[in-house]
Amino acid sequence: MTQIQYKGTGSANGGTGSRYWRGKTSYLGVLPFLILSGVFLIYPTINVVVGAFQDGKGAFSTVTFLEVYNSPIARHAFANSLSISIQTAVIGSILGGLFAWALVTGKPGGLFYRVSVALSSVLAQFGGIMLTFAFLATFAFNGLVSSLAVKYLPNTFLADSTWLYGRNGLAVLYTFFQIPLMVLVFLPTLENLKPQWREASDALGGKAYEYWLRVGIPILTPSFAGAALLLFVNSLSAYATAATLINMRDFLTPLQIAGALNSEVGGANPAEAKSLSVFMVIVVVFAMSLYALLRRRVSKWEQRR
Amino acid sequence: MKKSIGVKIWRYSIIFVVAFYLLMPLVSMVDFSTKPFSLGATGRSLDSWRAIATQPDLTLAITRSLITAAIVMSVILFLIVPTAIWVHLKLPILRRPFELLCLLPLAIPAIVIVVGVAPLYRWISINLTESPITLAGVYSMLILPYTYRSLSAALDAVDIHTLAEAARTLGATIPRVIFGIIMPTIRTGIINGSFIAIALVLGEYTISNILNYKTFQVVIAQIGLNSGSIAVAVSLASLIFVLTLLLIIPNKKRQGAVLDVDIA
Repeated sequence: MTQIQYKGTGSANGGTGSRYWRGKTSYLGVLPFLILSGVFLIYPTINVVVGAFQDGKGAFSTVTFLEVYNSPIARHAFANSLSISIQTAVIGSILGGLFAWALVTGKPGGLFYRVSVALSSVLAQFGGIMLTFAFLATFAFNGLVSSLAVKYLPNTFLADSTWLYGRNGLAVLYTFFQIPLMVLVFLPTLENLKPQWREASDALGGKAYEYWLRVGIPILTPSFAGAALLLFVNSLSAYATAATLINMRDFLTPLQIAGALNSEVGGANPAEAKSLSVFMVIVVVFAMSLYALLRRRVSKWEQRR
Repeated sequence: MKKSIGVKIWRYSIIFVVAFYLLMPLVSMVDFSTKPFSLGATGRSLDSWRAIATQPDLTLAITRSLITAAIVMSVILFLIVPTAIWVHLKLPILRRPFELLCLLPLAIPAIVIVVGVAPLYRWISINLTESPITLAGVYSMLILPYTYRSLSAALDAVDIHTLAEAARTLGATIPRVIFGIIMPTIRTGIINGSFIAIALVLGEYTISNILNYKTFQVVIAQIGLNSGSIAVAVSLASLIFVLTLLLIIPNKKRQGAVLDVDIA
């Protein structure tokens, strides 16, 4: 069938029939993609979801799932994951949102704007081991800030780097990639605010705070909330940064999943990893659905403009 | 419009705070990687940077990561993009399911995907090959939402039906329509997608570390166990590499759009 040949070869030659535009054979065109995503996306998803409810022999069982649900360690890790994600999403969205505002009030398309946007694109993806090294170089022993602190602020937390390897340190690292992500996501919305609205508000005698209270903030709220949700999901799913910074297996759910999957000390327990994963997926799906709803509102407003 | 003094103060203090937060670690990396390399030495030195070249595994890991990125890019180019066009043109019924499939990785974090693919990669490494290049399979799935996003925006902006009909009328074959007519018109979207592919493959740690593949990031972590300053130098070098790549990409529109994760 020529229908599927174009995918592999990209050849522009080869005769094709005139019935090409019709017929059930056109479904064959999506087959190669379906096979690839079946192997690397659909199968793993089903494997996790089904595997969470199976016992060692493959029969249906809720034993592991309920065990994980009732485990105080798993609950503690989950609570940690949620609270860190909420905290860094809130701080990141506020700082990133303000920075995006500072960008649009500047010269659009200017050098500062372009460099900031390009840097944001890179830093939003700058998680994991490299981010950990960056902050070790800043705050750990012999780091730039900590060695200055040892000299000038010897009795503050900055001189002692232990805070870095715990919850606070993790929150600081996560916020580092949340801010640029927020800038990227929120900038387009801010650019859609029309200057005419501000002018109209001014012409009608509105003060600056009145403009923001009655026009700016109501318009921006849905997309701000949506962006914050995206940040929440982003830090909830983050694994690499925590894994390279913190040496506690059960501190966060992603760390616990990795531990259950790959345990070098005890036996690996894939069923436990799958059950933990299902809980994470439930939260992520919930957050993303909420995000989709908010986006629908935003795009409605954008069309009405 | 003249800006009031209040706006200016706000603007500069925000820029100062955020820039300090984001740039401090980068400056520290420069500082840390140029510290005296050996005990007793004084003054700045570039020894850590020179030592990058002699790190075992590193060159191999970079080469492999770049090959993996190339494979992911060709999957985008020869499979995902043509399928998206095909669905747009011929199978409107499948548009919604196709979109959901493409957005699925957003609901499944990498740490969960790795749980699902672990048995698959165990099978692959026993029966086929232990090469980390096979990770291209799962990476091209991780990248689907981004690719889909930039593609669908580009496909919506161009009336590809008319283009396709016109090309067909003039006697173009289907591959010609897809590769010669439609794909050039959505070039920007494709370039953006490819950039994300490189950034993702070079930066991926979760999956490769848990599955025990020695990719670029895993090797950096390894180097860090022996020498912090070399690891910092490598990290900074790769950050600069990705930033340079982003700045030289021929994209006349907004450059930040490349990592736009704005979906749904």
